[in-house]
Amino acid sequence: MSHLEYPLDANKILRKKKSIKKNLLLDDDLIIKNIAILGGSTTSEIKNILELFLLKNGIKPNFYESEYNKYYEDALFGNDELDKFNPDIIYIHTTNKNIIQYPDPNDEFEDVEMLIGNEIKKYKSIWSSLSKFDCAVIQNNFDHTENRILGNLDCYDIHGKTYFIHKLNYWFSLNARKIKNLYINDINYLSSYIGLRYWFDKSLWHQAKYALSMESIPELAFNISQIISSVFGQSKKCLVLDLDNTCWGGIIGDDGLPGIYIGTETAIAESYTEFQKYVKELKDRGITLAACSKNDFLNAKEGFTHPDSILRFDDFTSFKANWDPKHQNIIDIAKEINVGVDSLVFIDDNPVERDIVSSQVPSVSVPNVGSDVVDFISHIDRNGYFEPISLSQDDVNRHKYYEDNKKRANKKATFKSYDEFLVSLGMTAEIKSFSSIYLDRITQLTNKTNQFNLTTKRYTNGEIDKISSNDEYIKIYGKLTDKYGDNGLIAISIGRVESKTCHIDLWLMSCRVLKRNMEFAMLDELVSKCRNKGVSEIIGYYYKSAKNSMVSDLYDKFGFSLVNENDNDTVWKLDIVNYRIKNKFIGINND
Amino acid sequence: MTRDELLNRIQGIFRDIFDENDMVIENNTSSDDVEEWDSLNHINLVSAIEKEFKIKFALGELIALKDVGGMVDLMVEKLK
Repeated sequence: MSHLEYPLDANKILRKKKSIKKNLLLDDDLIIKNIAILGGSTTSEIKNILELFLLKNGIKPNFYESEYNKYYEDALFGNDELDKFNPDIIYIHTTNKNIIQYPDPNDEFEDVEMLIGNEIKKYKSIWSSLSKFDCAVIQNNFDHTENRILGNLDCYDIHGKTYFIHKLNYWFSLNARKIKNLYINDINYLSSYIGLRYWFDKSLWHQAKYALSMESIPELAFNISQIISSVFGQSKKCLVLDLDNTCWGGIIGDDGLPGIYIGTETAIAESYTEFQKYVKELKDRGITLAACSKNDFLNAKEGFTHPDSILRFDDFTSFKANWDPKHQNIIDIAKEINVGVDSLVFIDDNPVERDIVSSQVPSVSVPNVGSDVVDFISHIDRNGYFEPISLSQDDVNRHKYYEDNKKRANKKATFKSYDEFLVSLGMTAEIKSFSSIYLDRITQLTNKTNQFNLTTKRYTNGEIDKISSNDEYIKIYGKLTDKYGDNGLIAISIGRVESKTCHIDLWLMSCRVLKRNMEFAMLDELVSKCRNKGVSEIIGYYYKSAKNSMVSDLYDKFGFSLVNENDNDTVWKLDIVNYRIKNKFIGINND
Repeated sequence: MTRDELLNRIQGIFRDIFDENDMVIENNTSSDDVEEWDSLNHINLVSAIEKEFKIKFALGELIALKDVGGMVDLMVEKLK
């Protein structure tokens, strides 16, 4: 459910929470967990929204909620209800509003240390008392106060509240490292991420004693749910990456190694480098990497030999670069590295690829990252997919303790077949004879397309110009639009007519629209134009290059028959008298 | 925006918050008429209205806001 993913639309979540919840409850594969919330301020809406995030992660929570501001009493003195509740998780929602006493302007250093000590003692007694439940305790650290009575001095004078809170948080961190089952919910980070002036709402505090603003509650709940998922061993394990325009800028198969954007030479190159660095850091802390790219394997591998590439081929545990649909590759990747598909996160700049994966393998996390690499990191980071419970080896076993939750059954695929998926894309194409506004783009494509290119014939502007006005040529371009938008001009075919025969001098297409039936739509149009000119047969040529092996059998797929073979070059013939339309999926707009 | 248009959009908010798609509210609808309209949901309602109309109610104004007509009156003032 995309409501509950980065970037959160807090107002929508708050307003629609009931209907969101109803939908999430339709999942009949939920595990039940008991979550106790001990609050130092109002927690009602926190509980409601947390419930949504937990349901989304497959956890159906029962809640215990302490009476208003009774977190300390509940923790220390217990009560029957809480004891019987037998919590799996205890969340302690305290904030700077629960600090008992800040330093007085006349206090000496020792006095301040004593006040800090008193706070710490209070929480230590809470944690120690709750240890009887032998469950995970999630404890907020402290947010800063919006106002600073000492201005900038507030952060380093011993009487400052900012200083005081810094020290408390430092002590919390020390304790969380030592105490088994204690996890910090870092609201100090969260409140600065949101911005203190949005984090806290003075009038909401006075009216209802919420220690944070309404619109911050979804972010808080999201953050808590990430810790809980991690505690229950639900964190993702493997990051699956597309390559072209995801790991580097450009298309390695067409642009070649020197042509891709990576490194520090340009802003674009730098942004891909930044992304690679983040991915490398993930790998260094134990996340498995996999590649899933529509590419020639050797081309794809070559991309990581770029001198400026941070990632190397060896960093990938599984490397799928081929022309198969990505959802099939994703399933293979999961098998190969031996994890469930629900442990995978898939990053791809292409919305159609994201769609086929998320619709056919719904258990894979496929964030809607858009197409701008500068946004990719936040989608991985803020969704907390890889939230670790701990980095130390001893604690890895702690996972096992909690791993009573079985693998969630894989969700059902949305489409019964690939054809059905193609239909869902609602594709329309404009396939027409060259027109002057597109000539530059056409020349450009003939010079940069290497993979889906049968003859790899290069043209100059002047040549394209001449062909465009010469009646001996059938020259068509294709533009493809789908529900995600306009893919632009992505296919070109040029046929030279000699009496009743048409020779295909050029046949190319951008790999971006591979497996979309576009090549068949182009052929239909070419045949129709041939008929208008009284042509009865078409001759196709395949000239092998270093990069175009993917189309060596294209004419075979088109139903041509082989008439000549010379080394790896082939000549094909198609009698078009009985030709029947091949495209079934794309609506055509033609001359 | 007319009073009726306001009322209509507020009704949309009520329907979302209470998740009742056929809920109809009128000027004299109050917390007594809606079982789930307690003090916590009151906060949620007010907060959703503030967001929807990009207005902010002052603390004192809220105390009295327990019937829809009162809310609308206040909003007409603020949206002027």
